[in-house]
Amino acid sequence: MTFTNEQITVMDSIIARYPRERSAIMPLLHYVQSISGYVTPEGIEKIAEKLELATAEVTAVSTFYTQYKNKPVGDYHVGVCVNTLCAVMGGDAIYETVTEHLGIGNHETTSDGKVSIERIECNAACDYAPVVMVNWEFYDNQTPQSVKDLVDGARAGNPPAPTRGPKTLRTWKENSAVLAGLSDGLSGEGVAAGEPSKLGLKISKEKK
Amino acid sequence: MTPTTKLMPVLSATWDQDDSFTLEGYTRNKGYAALKKALKMQPDEVIQLIKDSGLRGRGGAGFPTGNKWGFIPQGDGKEHYLVVNADESEPGTCKDVPLMMANPHVLVEGVIIASYAIRANHAFIYVRGEVVHVVRRLQQAIEDAYKAGHLGKNIGGSGFDLELTLHVGAGAYICGEETALLDSLEGFRGQPRLRPPFPAIAGLYAKPTVVNNVESIASVPAIVANGAEWFSSMGTEKSKGVTLYSLSGHVTHPGQFEAPLGITLRELLEMAGGVRAGHQLKFWTPGGSSTPIFTAEHLDVPLDYEGVSAAGSMLGTKALQIFDETTCIVRAALRWSEFYKHESCGKCTPCREGTWWLVQMLKDLEAGKGTEADLEKLLDVCDNIAGRSFCALADGAVAPIISSLKHFRSEYIAHQTNGGCPFDPVASTIFEKASL
Amino acid sequence: MTPEALTEVEMITVVIDGFEVTVPKGTLVIRAAEKLGIQIPRFCDHPLLSPAGACRQCLVDIEINGRAFPKPQASCTIPVENGMIVKTQLTSPVAEKAQKGIMELLLINHPLDCPVCDKGGECPLQNQAMSNGQGVSRYEGVKRTYEKPVAISSQVLLDRERCVLCARCTRFSEEIAGDPFITLNERGALQQVGIYEKDPFQSYYSGNTVQICPVGALTGASYRFRARPFDLISVDSACEHCASGCAMRTDIRRGKTLRRLAGDDALVNQEWNCDKGRWAFKYLTSRERVAAPMVRGEDGELHETSWPEAIAAVVAGLAGKRAGVLVGGRVTREDAYGYSKFARVALKTNDIDFRARAHSVEEAEFLSSTAISLHTNYLDIDKADQVYLVDFEPEEESPIVFLRIYKQVRKRGISVSTNAPIISSGNHKLKAVRADISSVQLTEKSVILVGERAAETAGTLSAAKALAEKSGAKLAWISRRAGERAALEMGVIGNLLPGGRPVSDAAARVDMATAWGVKDLPTTAGRDTTGILKALSTDKSLGAVIVGGVDPMDISSDALTSLLDSFVVSLEISHSAVTAIADVVLPVAAVVEKRGTFVDWTGKPRSFDKAIADALTRSDVRILSMIADAMGAPINLPTVSATQREIESLGVWDGARASFTLVASSATPTVSGSEAMLYSYRQLLDLGALQMGEENLAGTARASVARISAARATALGVVDGDSVKISSQTGSVTLPVLISEIADEFIWAPRNSVDSQLIPTLGITHGSVTVVKA
Repeated sequence: MTFTNEQITVMDSIIARYPRERSAIMPLLHYVQSISGYVTPEGIEKIAEKLELATAEVTAVSTFYTQYKNKPVGDYHVGVCVNTLCAVMGGDAIYETVTEHLGIGNHETTSDGKVSIERIECNAACDYAPVVMVNWEFYDNQTPQSVKDLVDGARAGNPPAPTRGPKTLRTWKENSAVLAGLSDGLSGEGVAAGEPSKLGLKISKEKK
Repeated sequence: MTPTTKLMPVLSATWDQDDSFTLEGYTRNKGYAALKKALKMQPDEVIQLIKDSGLRGRGGAGFPTGNKWGFIPQGDGKEHYLVVNADESEPGTCKDVPLMMANPHVLVEGVIIASYAIRANHAFIYVRGEVVHVVRRLQQAIEDAYKAGHLGKNIGGSGFDLELTLHVGAGAYICGEETALLDSLEGFRGQPRLRPPFPAIAGLYAKPTVVNNVESIASVPAIVANGAEWFSSMGTEKSKGVTLYSLSGHVTHPGQFEAPLGITLRELLEMAGGVRAGHQLKFWTPGGSSTPIFTAEHLDVPLDYEGVSAAGSMLGTKALQIFDETTCIVRAALRWSEFYKHESCGKCTPCREGTWWLVQMLKDLEAGKGTEADLEKLLDVCDNIAGRSFCALADGAVAPIISSLKHFRSEYIAHQTNGGCPFDPVASTIFEKASL
Repeated sequence: MTPEALTEVEMITVVIDGFEVTVPKGTLVIRAAEKLGIQIPRFCDHPLLSPAGACRQCLVDIEINGRAFPKPQASCTIPVENGMIVKTQLTSPVAEKAQKGIMELLLINHPLDCPVCDKGGECPLQNQAMSNGQGVSRYEGVKRTYEKPVAISSQVLLDRERCVLCARCTRFSEEIAGDPFITLNERGALQQVGIYEKDPFQSYYSGNTVQICPVGALTGASYRFRARPFDLISVDSACEHCASGCAMRTDIRRGKTLRRLAGDDALVNQEWNCDKGRWAFKYLTSRERVAAPMVRGEDGELHETSWPEAIAAVVAGLAGKRAGVLVGGRVTREDAYGYSKFARVALKTNDIDFRARAHSVEEAEFLSSTAISLHTNYLDIDKADQVYLVDFEPEEESPIVFLRIYKQVRKRGISVSTNAPIISSGNHKLKAVRADISSVQLTEKSVILVGERAAETAGTLSAAKALAEKSGAKLAWISRRAGERAALEMGVIGNLLPGGRPVSDAAARVDMATAWGVKDLPTTAGRDTTGILKALSTDKSLGAVIVGGVDPMDISSDALTSLLDSFVVSLEISHSAVTAIADVVLPVAAVVEKRGTFVDWTGKPRSFDKAIADALTRSDVRILSMIADAMGAPINLPTVSATQREIESLGVWDGARASFTLVASSATPTVSGSEAMLYSYRQLLDLGALQMGEENLAGTARASVARISAARATALGVVDGDSVKISSQTGSVTLPVLISEIADEFIWAPRNSVDSQLIPTLGITHGSVTVVKA
C-alpha cells in the first residue's frame, strides 16, 4: 500500500513536534499501526525515508517495543496481566479461561480477526487487580467470566465499555491513532478516578 | 493515630470531583495559581524553594529534586530540557497513572514551573503507551493549557516561553531508567547510556536535561503555593512531605493513600481494612518488585527512605503489594523473574543471560525439581548478576529471589519434597472457585 | 605527534595491580592496563569504537583517593584519574569472580560448536574462556537457537546463536562506515543482530565486522569452512587495489591465498579496509592466469613456449622498430622503475606513460610539477577544518580516505564540499555540499583532494592548484589505482625521469645517465598514452609497444584497435584484451607472489614481502631486465631487491621542478531539451579486472542506475525504477532511474558496471548525451 497525501501530511505534523526529527520515530510507528494495524514493511520504509534513516534503524526501534506488532492483531487486542500480583489474584485463571474459550494462544488472533490475546506485564493498576487491558483501555477487577463476556461481546461487535475510559471501546487502530498523538476528543468521557484511587481521600474526609 | 500518620491528600485532594481532570475543574481548585506566583520569582529562587522543601524524587531513587535542578549549568547558552518520566511500569506501582488520569493539569503546571526554574523552553512528558485514556487526558490538558496561555510564548506575560510535547512510549519497562528514556525519546532503542556524562550535563540531544518522576513534578505547584516550610513540616527528618502509597493485593480495600512519609504498613493496612478476611499477611514489597520483600515482622517499619533502607529494602515507589498465606513464594519469584527477563533490554550480559537462566532455575524449583544445592547455585548466579550489570534492572531482578530465599527458604525446599508446588493457586485468587 | 602537542596532554599516573603506569588523560583503564602487559578480558571493547560497557567481561575493582567503588566497574568505560588504584582479576578475588561469572553467563547460550566454527583457533571467546573462565558450566537449561546461517549480504553470514551481542559490528557500521544497515533488533534474551529484510548489508566495509567479531557469529561467505587458522601462514602485505595504502595481512595455506585481512597501521587504515581489498583476490587463482610465456605463431594463435624463446621473440620483434611503453595502474614502485629504465636505456625513448585512462597535457604538467612533491596525508584530514573534493569520490575511489573524512565529520563536524554536479551516496554521508571551484572558500587548515578524473575537464587542475595557492589549503592528488603515484615518482611518464627529474632539465638527464651508466638519455619529452597510440596506428612513427597491465577499454573504445598494426609485447597476470592480440605474452607475478612497494596517495611507501614464498612467477622488473640483457642494452635489475637498492641510491632531485602552464577552464556547454551532460565515475565494486571471479563480492556492488534530478524526471515523465536510454553518437545504455541530488542539466551513470560500461557503449565518460524515456 502507499500512503495518501493526507497521511503524509499527518506524518509531517508528527515530525514537527520535535526539535530533532528522529524523535518522531515512535509516534510514527504508532501512526502506521493506526493505519495498518501493525508495523508494515511499507510503514518502516516510509518512516525511514521521512527521517532519513536506514530501514534497519527503524526496524531496530520497532522490534524493541512490545506495543509495536509485526503482524496484524485483532480489532480488540486483549492483554491479560500475568505479572505476579495479578496472576496470583486471578490473572492466571483468566488467561487460561479466555485462551481456552477462544481457542487461541499468546500473540494469536481469532480467525475472524476480531480478538487477539497477549500475556502482559504490570500495567500500573494493581489496586484494581486482576486487570485486563483491551486496546490499552482498563478493565478493572476482572474475573474469568467477565473476560469471557468481554471477548464474546467484542467478537459480536459489542464489547462492554472500559472501567476507566471512554463510554465505548474503540478499536486497536483507533486507539493507535491516539497513541500517535492524534486526539479522538474522548478525554472527557469516563470517570476521573476509580474507587480505589479515591479511597485514601474518602477515608481522610470521613475522619474529619 | 499519631499526627504524622494522618492521611494528607494533596495530590489526590480533588480526585473525587467528576471534572477534576479538566482545566475548568483544575482552575476552580486554584490550579495555575502557583504558576503565577512562580513566574514572579527568579528561577533560582524557585530552585531554592524546592531545595528548601526537601522534596525527593518519587520515582524510586529519592534524589533531592531541587539539587537535581541545581545541577543544570546556567548561562551556558545551550537549550535545556525537562523530561517527565511518566513511564510508570514497576510491578506494584500504580500512583502516577491515576494521578495523570484524575489531574493531568497539576503535572502540566509543575512542568511549567520546573521548566521556568531550570530555564528550559521545551519540556516533554514521556508517558507509558499502554494507558490510552491517560494519554487522552494529558493530550487534552496540554491543549487546554496552550489555549489558556499557560504554555507557548510569553506565558502569563512573563516573557517565558515553553513548548510541551507529549511523547507516548510503546511498551518497555527499561524506559523508566532515565538514560534509556532519553535514548527512547531521541528515537532509539531504549537502552541505558553510559554515565558520565549525566543528563544534567548531556541529556536529551546531549543538552542539559532534568528527568523527574510524575509525582515529583506534580508536587511542585503545592510547594510553590504553600511554601517550602509547609511541605518540609510533614514527613520525617530526611524524608519530607507527603506522598502516595499504593496498597494492592490481598487487602480488603486496595487503593491509594496519600500520607506524610514515615507512615507504616500497619497503619495503612488498618485503613485498608486489613488483609482480606480470614487470611494473614505473608510477605509484601515496600516499593515495587525490585525492592527486597518484607514480611509481617516489618509491619512497623517507617515507610520513608531511611526507615526502609535500614530494614534491608528500599522505599522505591511506595508500591505496597500485599500477599497472604495462600501465595506461593516460588511462584511469585518466578513471575517476577519472568517479568525482568521480558523487560531486560538485552544490552549487557548479566541481565540478558542472567534473567534467562534465573527463569529456568525457578521453573525447575517450582516444579519440585530443585535441591538444596540448586538453591546455592541460584544464590551464586544472583551474586554474579547483582552489581555486575549496566543498569539497576538486574539488581531489581535478583532482589525478590534473594530476599524470598532469606525469608522462605524452607518453602523452596518444600516444593522438592512435595514433588511440585504445595499451594492451591485457586485459593489465592479473589474470586470463588465457582466462578472459574 | 609533534613535541608541542605532547606537552599539551595531561599525564595521569595510576596504580594497577600494584604497578604504576603513566598515561595521557582520557585513557581508559583497560588500555592503561595493556601498557603494563596486564590483559583484562573483553569482548565489546574495541579501541577504535565508542565504549559500550555491554559485555561486562572487563570488570575490575577501582578505588580513587581511598574511596572504593561499591561494585566492580567495566574497565573499558572508565578513564584513568589521579589517585586511582585498580585491581584486576590478578589481584582482586572480587574482580576474578565477577569475570568468571560473566564468562559463565556468556557461555550459557553459546553453542559448543567450536570444532566446526571458522573462528575456532583464533576466537577471543574461546581463548578468554580458557584464560578467564571456569572449566565447567553449571547451566542445565535449554540453549537459545536460531535458524542458521542468515546471509545478511552475499558476502557476510550470520550465526546468531554464536553472537555475544557485543555490538562491535553494529557500532562499526554506524560509527566508522556510516552504514547502519545492521542493527541490534528485538530485546532482552532475544536481542539479535539483523538487517531490514529487504535491505541487505550492502556496505563497502562489511568485511571489517567479520574481522572484529569476537566470536564466529559473522563469517565471510568466501572463507567459511575453508581453513583452520593454525594451518595458515600469515604474511604482512599491502593492498594493490587503490591508493589508500592499506596495510594488509594475507593468509596462505599450501601456496594458496585463502584470506586477506585489514592490517594495523594507525596512521593509515587504522585497523580497517574495504571489501574490495579484503575479498577481491580470486584473480590470483583464476583459470585465466597466464601460466607460461606465449608467442603468437604463424597460425595466428598463441603458443606456450620457454622463457628464452619468448625473450628471443621479443628481441626479434623489437629489432629495427621504435617502441613505446604503456603501463597500467597495478605496478609496484620497483616494476615502475623497471619500465622507466627499460624505456630510456633499452628502447632509448621517453615515449612512456602510466596513465591508462583519460589524461591531458595539463595533467602531465600538474603531476610532474606539483603532484610529485605533495605530501598531504591522513593527519591533515584529521586536523582539517574542511575538505574540498575535486572530481574525487572518496568512498568509490579511495575508501579509506572516505573513512578518515567521515570520522572527522562525525567527531568534529568538519564541512565537506565537492565540485561534482552530484551528491553521491558516499558524499551524502559526509554531508557534502556542492561548491564551485572558483568560489569555494578555504583556509590554510583546509584540504583539497583532487582525483584523477580532474584531467578530464580542461582547466580543473589549474584551478585546483590556484585555489591551493590562494587559500594556503593543503593539496593532494589521489589516483584511483595503487600504482600511479609510484609510477609518477619513477618516471613512467614522458616528461619525468625517476625521482621527479624533469626530462627537459639537462642536469637531470646527466644525473640519471650517470646513475645508469649510459652515455646520454633521450632529450625530447615523450608522448603520452594518446600520443603513443596515435604513433602506433596513424602515423606509424612507432612500430612496437610494451604493454604492462593495461585494459584498453579504460582508455578509449578504439585503443585496442590502435595496437593492431604493431608488434605488441604484453606483460600480464591474466589473459586480457591485450594478450588476445599480443605477439608475445609474458606472465608476471601478482602481488602475493612478489616483493615490492606501493606508494600511497600521501607519498608513503608501502612495502610488502612475498606472501607465497615458493611462487615461481616473476615480477615485471625481472622480465624487463632479461629482455634488456637480450637486447644488449642491460638495465641490471635482476631482482626486486636489487631494484630497491638502486632506487634508494638515486637520492632525491633537488633541482627545479618541471614547469606548469595554467590552462583556462572551458565554459560549461549548455544543454537543452533531451540533452544532458554525462557525469560518471567508477564504483568501488564493478567490472574491474582484479575483482573477477568473486561472486560474493560482486553481489554487494551498488546497482547500476542513472541518476537524474527530480526536475528532469518530471520532464521525462519517469519515476524511480523506470528506464531511461542514454545515447551518444556511438551507442547507448539503458538504465533504471534513481532521482538524486544532481544538477538538472546532468545525468550520472556508473562507468564500468553491469549494464553500464560507458567507454565501449557511449565512447565517452563525460560530455553531452541525449536522454529519453526507454
